[in-house]
Parts: sequence; C-alpha cells; structure tokens
Amino acid sequence: MKANRRTKLRRIILGSGEQRGLLSRAVLFVLTVSICFVFLYPLFTMLSMGLKDGKDLNNPLVNWFPTKLFTGNFERAWVVMGGFNTIVSSTFMFLLISVAQTFASMFIAYGFTKFQFPGKKLCFALMVATFIIPDHVTFMPRYLLFKEYGMLRTYLPFLLPAATGSGIRGAIFILIFRQFFSMAPKALDEAAMVDGAGYLRMFFTINLPLVIPAIVVVFVFSFVWHWNETYLADLYFGNAINTMPLLLERFTDNYTKIFPPQTTNPQAALNEGIRMAATFLTILPLLLAYVLVERKLIASLDRAGITGE
Amino acid sequence: MKRGSLRRRSAIAGLIFVSPWIVGFLLFTAYPLIASIRYSFSKVTFPLDGIRLDPVGIQNYTTVLMNDADFKVALPAYLMQLCCYVPMILVFSCMLALLLNSPIRLRKLVRAIFFLPVIILSGPVMDNLSKLGAAELKGLPTFPVYSFIGKYLPGAVSMPILYVFEHAVMILWFCGVPILIFLSGLQKTDNAIYEAAMVDGASPWQSFWKITIPSLRSFFFLNGVYSVVEISMRATNPIVKLIKDGMFQITRGFGFSAAVSMIYFLLILAAVLVLFLLFGREKKDVAVYEKRRPTKS
Repeated sequence: MKANRRTKLRRIILGSGEQRGLLSRAVLFVLTVSICFVFLYPLFTMLSMGLKDGKDLNNPLVNWFPTKLFTGNFERAWVVMGGFNTIVSSTFMFLLISVAQTFASMFIAYGFTKFQFPGKKLCFALMVATFIIPDHVTFMPRYLLFKEYGMLRTYLPFLLPAATGSGIRGAIFILIFRQFFSMAPKALDEAAMVDGAGYLRMFFTINLPLVIPAIVVVFVFSFVWHWNETYLADLYFGNAINTMPLLLERFTDNYTKIFPPQTTNPQAALNEGIRMAATFLTILPLLLAYVLVERKLIASLDRAGITGE
Repeated sequence: MKRGSLRRRSAIAGLIFVSPWIVGFLLFTAYPLIASIRYSFSKVTFPLDGIRLDPVGIQNYTTVLMNDADFKVALPAYLMQLCCYVPMILVFSCMLALLLNSPIRLRKLVRAIFFLPVIILSGPVMDNLSKLGAAELKGLPTFPVYSFIGKYLPGAVSMPILYVFEHAVMILWFCGVPILIFLSGLQKTDNAIYEAAMVDGASPWQSFWKITIPSLRSFFFLNGVYSVVEISMRATNPIVKLIKDGMFQITRGFGFSAAVSMIYFLLILAAVLVLFLLFGREKKDVAVYEKRRPTKS
C-alpha cells in the first residue's frame, strides 16, 4: 500500500512515459518565464524610467516602480519628437514605400516561379546573392546617382529601389512570395489558361488570393525595416524629412534647442527619463502595429517560413 | 507551331514580370557595386562639373589597413561581435525553438514575446538602450559565477565568456527570426523517425544528437548567414559608422570609404564561407527524411 503510494508520488513528480512529471514541468516553466523576462527587460526599463521624475531617478531606493506616475517626461519627449506631425507624415511615407515594395516583389516572384525564360537561373542566383551584399558597399554611387537627379531630400531614394524589388532586404521578400506561389496548385492555372484567361487575369484572380498571408508578412516587414532604417535615411533625407528614429538619433540636439538649459528650471534638464520616454515613443507605433497583426503575422510566417527551400 | 509560340509567349510574360527586378538590379546593385570597386582604387574628387577619378592603385587599401587609427579599433570590435554573437545566436535560438516546439503553456504568448524584438529593433533605439544600460542585466556582476570566471580563468578564455554575459539581452534580441526558421525546420521532421528510434531503444538524449541536430543542419547554415548579415547591417556597427563618417572628411574621402566597404564585404563573404564549410554540405551518412509537404489547396 505504502510502496504503491510512493510509486504514484514518484510518477507525479518525475513523470513516466508519455506524461510529464511535475519536476520537468516546473523547470520548463521557470525557464520560459525567465527567458521571457530577459526579452521584455528593456521594455520594462524604458517604461519605468520614463515614468520617473527627477527625484525618483536619483533615488537608489526606487527601483522598478516610481513613487508617483510622472508624465512630464513623455510630454516633453512628445514635443521634441514633433508630435502628431511626425507620426502622420512618416507613417504615410513608409506606407507608400512598403506598398510599392510588396507589390513589386510579388510580381517579380510570380515571374520567377511560374514562367520559364532564358537566363532565369542566373537571374535567380544573382537575386539570392544580393542578400549578402551590404548596403554600405553600394550606397556611395547610389547617393551620387540620386544627387545628380536631384532626388535627395525627397522620399524617392527609398521609393525607387523598393518599387523595383531591390530595396532593403528585397531578396527575402521575393523568396517568401516565391515560396507561396510555388505552393499554389498548377492545375488551376492550366484550367484558367484553357478557358482563355490572359496572364494578368490569371495572376489577379487565381494567384493573388492564394498569397494574401504572404502579403501581410512582406508588408509588415517592409514597413518595419524601412521605418527602422536610419543609416541611409540620414544620408538621403538630411533634415528635410524627419522620421521618428532619425529624430531620436538627434534627440539631444533638438532637446537643447527647444528647452535651452539656461532659461528653463533645472527640473526640466535632459535626463535619462526623458530619453527613455522618447525611445518608447519611437517604438510605440510599431508596438501597436505588432499587437494588431501579431497573430496573423506569426501564423503566416509559420506556414511558409523564410526558409526558402 | 502552336506549342512553340505558347512557350515564347510565356517566356515574354515571365520576363515582363521579372523586368522591374532586372532594372533595379542593374541600377541599384550592379552599377553601384562596380562603381564602388572603381572608387576604391582611385582618388575621388568633386570638381564643379561632377566627379573625377584618379587611379591610385591599392593606395586606399594600404591606408586603411596600415595607417588608419579608427579602422584598427573598429575591425577587432566588429570581429569580436561577429565571433561571439553568431554562435550564441545559433545556440540560443535553437534551444528556444526546441522549447517552443515542446508542449508548454501559453505557447502563443511566449512566441509573440520572442518575436517582439524583430519589430522594434533599430539603430537609435538600440543605441539609446545600451547607452542608458537598459540592454544589460543589472546586478549581473554581483553573481559569484561572474566574478569567478573573471578572476580565475585566463584572459583569453574569460573574455569571450564575459562578453557574452554582458551582451546577453542583445544576443537574445537578435534571435527572433532564427527561432522561427528553426521552428519551421523542427516541424518538418517526421515524428515517425523519433518513434522508430525509441523502439530501437534510443534515449531522448541520443535521438536529440543523432536526429534533431543533423536534420537542422541546413537551417543552421541559413540562420548563420541571416545572423551575419543582420549584425553587419546594423547602423551601430563600428565599421559601418567609419564608412559613412569617412565619406565627407577631407583626409579620407570616397576612395577611403569605398576601400573600407570592399574590405567589409570580403569579411562578410569570408564569414559566409566559414558557415558553408561548417554546415553547408549535407552529410551523406545521416539518414534524415522529411515529411512531404502537403500541397495546399
């Protein structure tokens, strides 16, 4: 009887065969939670520091939770980052760019998947190879090119490469679409062809609906990667177009311009709290977008994978 | 006759679909690449009517490699980053993918959290975070293990280990896409092979090393390449900064920057080649078969 109970207990703790024991479950749980914490740590820090006032920031006893919620940091950061103006204008611009890139890479991938033409293999190999060519190798002549045509300080230097499928990480996007197109059954195409549909019609009525998940993925990634690109943006846009990450990069300069240190009270001097608030504001639009599309994004990434077999 | 014309029509249609890429490639990749190579072998000046190239041979390269003080600092920093980050990203993301692949609670939430950094990572954000210490785990140096490693192990061994500890958050933040790639790889291996191994008396440990790892081989290569590219394209990268700053400096100029960027490109190529030698070739003696993909309808 006692021995029986003991084996039962042992089974519960250590598990047997199919069933997982309590011990391994506990280990897994602790592991998962702690890794999640490490992932979220910077976000927590940002938020907690952004909500602290000057006193709390200097008080070593105040750790994660500020003594009172202080929104002054966010208000100042909001003003320096240009408020709604910046958000609306940069969102609009990047929407345009990422829509262009999504459609371009869709067309190109369709051409690569469904048709045979001379030089296709070579083109495809070159396309994949462009993935490892860093932008930093090619941007100097590009910069001169754009300068010559007077396109600097407009959004064309981002839009044109995106619209030809060779924008930021264009190769990945084409590979994702190719994956989806190659999963679409060929019989449908053949049936449509027999019925006399043209190539464009075949593309729009049969193949396009099949790759909608890929459109979501590519669109989100294109948007995010362009949004986060500051290296080229700084060079191409100068200070004519202000994107949020660019403003964050120049935050210190802009802050002292708007709140000169001599005239304002020392309470308003630039501190870590304000910087953190600005950083948080920069990623806030992306964070919101992520929460909205997260389920769809991960599901469709899962389905095709960027694995490109 | 009919068939031939159909094939020709299809070829033309294909070319039309692909043509934007061909134009883009020639204009924004091929031409700039060749121009960059030319810049790197010349002294580039800008008279009023445009651009002037005076060939100087390999002088730019010798300046970069021998004489430039900033490059001497930037190169080891970059190599250190590459050598420590890439293996750790591969190991971490493989482990995390295995974790996500096992039945745990709140799997979807956990996966969403793991993938979050991909969305919000950007140069200035990272810069700000690491400047203010939000990318380092506070209190880490107080752990006994940490000080033990620093004190008792020889410098050559302890340095990379401590480096990894300090950059743990950053490394984990790079793992998002690799985790997804590994996950899709894990889900593709057939369960029957594990069952067969179990029947033959293999322990989970053995089947992990003999089945799981070999079947992920090509995914290791893919993830390795992805991580190398990802790290190299970051705007916070020391060499990348040098390239951009050098462009408009009188003492350096376009030729100098082009030479740095070519060297940089060769480094990336070398890293990819190393990865290829490690993971690229399929081993013949491991029998791994993949589940056939069900055709989606």
